[in-house]
Amino acid sequence: MDGLLPELEVIRKDFPILERQLAGGRALVYLDSANTSQKPQVVIDTMVDHLERHNANVAWAMHQLGAESSESFESARDRVASFVNAPSRDEIIFTKNASEALNLVANTLAWAQGDLKIGPGDEIVITEMEHHSNIVPWQLLAERSGATLRWFGLTDDGLLDQSNIDELINDRTKVVSLTWVSNMLGTINPVADIARRAHEVGALVVVDGSQAVPQMPVDVQEVGADLLAFTGHKVVGPTGIGVLWGRREILDQLPPFLGGGEMIETVAMERSTYAGVPHKFEAGTPPIVEAVGLGAAVDYLDHIGMDNIRRHEHAITAYALRGLATVPGLKVLGPLDPALRGGAISFELDGVHPHDVAQVLDARGVAVRAGHHCAKPAHARFGVQSSTRMSSYLYTTPAEVDAFIEALEYTRSYFKLD
Amino acid sequence: MSAENLDSLYQEIILDHYKNPLNKGLRDPFEAEVHHVNPTCGDEVTLRVHMEDTADGPIVSDVSYDSVGCSISQASTSVMTHLLIGKSLADAMEIHTSFQALMQSRGHVEPDEAVLEDAIAFAGVAKFPARVKCALLSWMAWKDATAQAVAEDSEGSQKETTHG
Repeated sequence: MDGLLPELEVIRKDFPILERQLAGGRALVYLDSANTSQKPQVVIDTMVDHLERHNANVAWAMHQLGAESSESFESARDRVASFVNAPSRDEIIFTKNASEALNLVANTLAWAQGDLKIGPGDEIVITEMEHHSNIVPWQLLAERSGATLRWFGLTDDGLLDQSNIDELINDRTKVVSLTWVSNMLGTINPVADIARRAHEVGALVVVDGSQAVPQMPVDVQEVGADLLAFTGHKVVGPTGIGVLWGRREILDQLPPFLGGGEMIETVAMERSTYAGVPHKFEAGTPPIVEAVGLGAAVDYLDHIGMDNIRRHEHAITAYALRGLATVPGLKVLGPLDPALRGGAISFELDGVHPHDVAQVLDARGVAVRAGHHCAKPAHARFGVQSSTRMSSYLYTTPAEVDAFIEALEYTRSYFKLD
Repeated sequence: MSAENLDSLYQEIILDHYKNPLNKGLRDPFEAEVHHVNPTCGDEVTLRVHMEDTADGPIVSDVSYDSVGCSISQASTSVMTHLLIGKSLADAMEIHTSFQALMQSRGHVEPDEAVLEDAIAFAGVAKFPARVKCALLSWMAWKDATAQAVAEDSEGSQKETTHG
């Protein structure tokens, strides 16, 4: 099969959990990587080494361990900056996850003054295919500021409906926030085109890169976004660490998010002044070992090469779509052309509820996700309440896709659909 | 989970109720209507209760519903209505308590077939914590609707309420 990572078996050995035997001695077929990715040994070892040998708080500890810990933490920032080609390491803000990164933007915009101030009459534009974490913060911002929330609809093929873009993004638009790759439909959005249009009217462009950054080469200077959020645990890193990248002049204009230690310049009882970016947005002791783990994770992906990972995902996705097309009564939600989508494929199986599909697949060792995938509006758009989703990653093999398709056939026979 | 465990979850009787649900559809009259959702998966039920007073106390005259969800939640709703309709409120509450205890037992409670009848088929569900909420969705909706209907009745009001 063209496009697969050449040393796939070697890569798989980097991920100890893939050796895991499930109850009954079955092999694990992990197809839930859009939910969270598995972790290579190097990430696990780096985090253990940090905790075993270098653990100390960052920034203020005037001792050797403190210096080592700070060095590891700040070095992770350098690696992340390089991974997304940020012009400056100071533009990388560590958060808890992508949700917190998006909430940071939406919250600080609610308090912003000057050019970024949002009020009644202003408009915020999102899309119908967003994850709840890129919907709810903007609903809250609209409620708090009196601005109006608007959104792009979707075509029947699961693409962004751009037919009304010139009306939707207009002189009143202050923020356009959209996902690069849909976590439910898999759709890859033309973020650069949307960003260009948004910038014509002077709007701020926020991109949810949660599904894009794990799967494809990302250069924040090419995307055209002003701010981009992603999460560590989907890029073979740990949970508890997310990233907000933002253009420096935007970050400088936004007011602080959380107040506390590390984010200040000086504090008096009457008032305080704040640290510069990134520390202005990093109140309190940060997730240190998680950041260190994320640094190792993006190094690992860099070493494999994001171009190669994208080709692998593309090949596996195309193969999975061909397999799914052979299952009677199965309908894929979202684009059927693998070139237009990422590696998450949601589908319906006529006559079996997604919960039951996932349960029977689990009995065969195949791990998928069932439910609304935190994208209820996108499900509603296609008249479905929930779906089953398989999602691959750099360690997924064609044989695992075969096992998945076979397990779907078994599901049909289990529920006596033939 | 092995294939045998799968069979303990998907008892034949559950699959039968899933394919041919009893008492489905929303009917009049009713004293209370509720809408419950399972936020983790999106399963939904709209459920109405109709109660009548008799010399021996209130009875559950009808439980009607409209729902979307998995086999476990749909079958559980069907079995519940079949069990509760026609029972005295006191008996229905006892069945409810017994079913809830079974579901929350993690598989360590022996179900009482005399009380639960077909609902003993859900004993296997208790071993799957992720599915317990599916089985309990409509039972919780019924309890909520019944509490509202009883409260309405004691206030002497004829007003219908909807609660999410």
